[in-house]
Amino acid sequence: MAGAGGGNSDVQWCFSQVKGAIDDDVAEADIISTVEFNHSGELLATGDKGGRVVIFQQEPESKDQPQCRGEYNVYSTFQSHEPEFDYLKSLEIEEKINKIRWLPQKNAAQFLLSTNDKTIKLWKISERDKRPEGYNLKEEDGRYRDPNTVTTLRVPVFRPMDLMVEASPRRVFANAHTYHINSISVNSDCETYLSADDLRINLWHLEITDRSFNIVDIKPANMEELTEVITAAEFHPNQCNTFVYSSSKGTIRLCDMRASALCDKHAKMFEEPEDPNNRSFFSEIISSISDVKFSHSGRYMMTRDYLSVKIWDLNMETRPVETYQVHEYLRSKLCSLYENDCIFDKFECCWNGNDSVVMTGSYNNFFRMFDRGYRQDVTLEASRENSKPRSVLKPRKVSTGGKRKKDEISVDSLDFNKKILHTAWHPLDNIIAVATTNNLYIFQEKLN
Amino acid sequence: MFPKGTKRKFSDSGEEPVSSSDQGQAASSAAAARTLSSSYSLQRQSLLDMSLIKLQLCHMLVEPNLCRSVLIANTVRQIQEEMTQDGTWQIMTQALAAAQCPADRLVATEVLCRQTDAAAQAGQSPKPFSGDVETEVTMSTLSPVSPQLSSASYLAGPFGEQVFGTFEIKHPAPPPDPALEELFSDVDPSYYDLDTVLTGMQSAPKMGPYDLLESLSSHGPTALSSSSSCRSDLNELDHIMEIIVGS
Repeated sequence: MAGAGGGNSDVQWCFSQVKGAIDDDVAEADIISTVEFNHSGELLATGDKGGRVVIFQQEPESKDQPQCRGEYNVYSTFQSHEPEFDYLKSLEIEEKINKIRWLPQKNAAQFLLSTNDKTIKLWKISERDKRPEGYNLKEEDGRYRDPNTVTTLRVPVFRPMDLMVEASPRRVFANAHTYHINSISVNSDCETYLSADDLRINLWHLEITDRSFNIVDIKPANMEELTEVITAAEFHPNQCNTFVYSSSKGTIRLCDMRASALCDKHAKMFEEPEDPNNRSFFSEIISSISDVKFSHSGRYMMTRDYLSVKIWDLNMETRPVETYQVHEYLRSKLCSLYENDCIFDKFECCWNGNDSVVMTGSYNNFFRMFDRGYRQDVTLEASRENSKPRSVLKPRKVSTGGKRKKDEISVDSLDFNKKILHTAWHPLDNIIAVATTNNLYIFQEKLN
Repeated sequence: MFPKGTKRKFSDSGEEPVSSSDQGQAASSAAAARTLSSSYSLQRQSLLDMSLIKLQLCHMLVEPNLCRSVLIANTVRQIQEEMTQDGTWQIMTQALAAAQCPADRLVATEVLCRQTDAAAQAGQSPKPFSGDVETEVTMSTLSPVSPQLSSASYLAGPFGEQVFGTFEIKHPAPPPDPALEELFSDVDPSYYDLDTVLTGMQSAPKMGPYDLLESLSSHGPTALSSSSSCRSDLNELDHIMEIIVGS
């Protein structure tokens, strides 16, 4: 059966790898909280609730198996953030990594930004595969030689060694956010980046850690009048003066930093009028936008709310140009989902390399892909049962009517504890990374 | 689909209010239809109770999620707005003011009325919900300045303050409110499995979103309750031994 792919309706997805513990008892620190490919797709970073970052590197394609793109293996693991205690408020600051964003590569080293609720850090990941040997005053193990034994002079030389990958924190951007950071986004100028919390957005220079500029502030003078928060923010991929931020009321504001220092007045506001037929006490909650992503071209942006994915043309503010239902069968279950808090789950979404397909997660370890050109969609599942190497993923279906067909799963059988919140698509190839609670699945396009 | 043991008060399919398609008469006829439907008002009330409890049961050690709090608070406001338009809000608050002890179903709404007591103690006169309230109900007409307010207490002080107060730097916390235990002891445990949740809160102080989900499902008793049941078993055993031995 045809799947959804990059411009070709016959793409089939195969299992490639799964990373993480097998047992069902999930250690809380292992819960994956963010997934991100770097700009070349060679590196794949994950952050978890324990504050760790794990980076996988793609092996070069082997000549033995030209059908298979390289596997991803662990490249570097480091503790990015530690738990902290805010003494002023008597509250803990979680070490959970909320977002990772890669910087475009400029030299041999790789750089990424990782953030928890309060602090952003710039990490340098560099390789060392040579070391100097032949010192005059030191032995090979580092002990100093007795100067009397030094009789000749030699020049130390570099000799190859086993590859060592080092991660070191180069900058720490702290104390700029009163509320929880939900987004970071690197500007196309590669010099600045923004960080957004519930009520404010700050602009940083990558070299300067002791100050940042506040560019958006929606905090009311009286906190009791607070009815809307910022949920996500992103810089435009090409225009370094433009960024967008989404809100809990389902609006997206586009701001131009050339207009004024404080961008409280938006240049454009994107909002779809509410459907009066679907109005309920939960309307506002499900309209809250959990993620916003520009297309690679910069012409469109995609938003994710609780039940749908919407594609907006930046030239049209009145309504989205495309809307895709992720799991419409949940609309009649909203009260139960409110009761068990699932209605507040923040799903992310992503584009493929040429902006023809979008992907987002759902419950029961299902994830959905929508092919914009061919108007097709598919539901796939990330599970250990489908994890034979190169086995093709079978499309899944949730039965909504009374009669459940074979192989379909009914809405009441869905496991709401198994949610896929984080997905990422390789920038160039049809390789996707899908995070379940504590496992990372990598799927590849079936190549013949 | 649901955690074991959670009892739902009503079916999901019936909770959406029927809205009229006529634009002109939509508001009035819909409002009329709603007042007539007692099951709808029952559902609405339980949704209100649920929302208020959600706001109170916030993670005490980690800063609560502001987005979630805002969304729940907006839902509560919406319900309150509608109930004010129906006239049912005034009826409820008057009934609660008259009766001293809370009924189990009105526990959560009684919390709102407790603000009146706190306000009276603080020497403020306005009630939180006066008859001439505007459409934009902010849930708090009390002065926000009160040194007793703390980030951990959701039972004292104005509604908006206690929801969003955590995010501001406040004066040191007052001693824990003894009425908290009393308040929750009246709640019907089968309603929300509150006992499990609260026990979970006491034994596992740092709770993230996944903890709350787990504590709502019956994963067995916590260390707290199992040790007390062991103690009672031992007492019973001693008692039986005494009878057998005949001492």
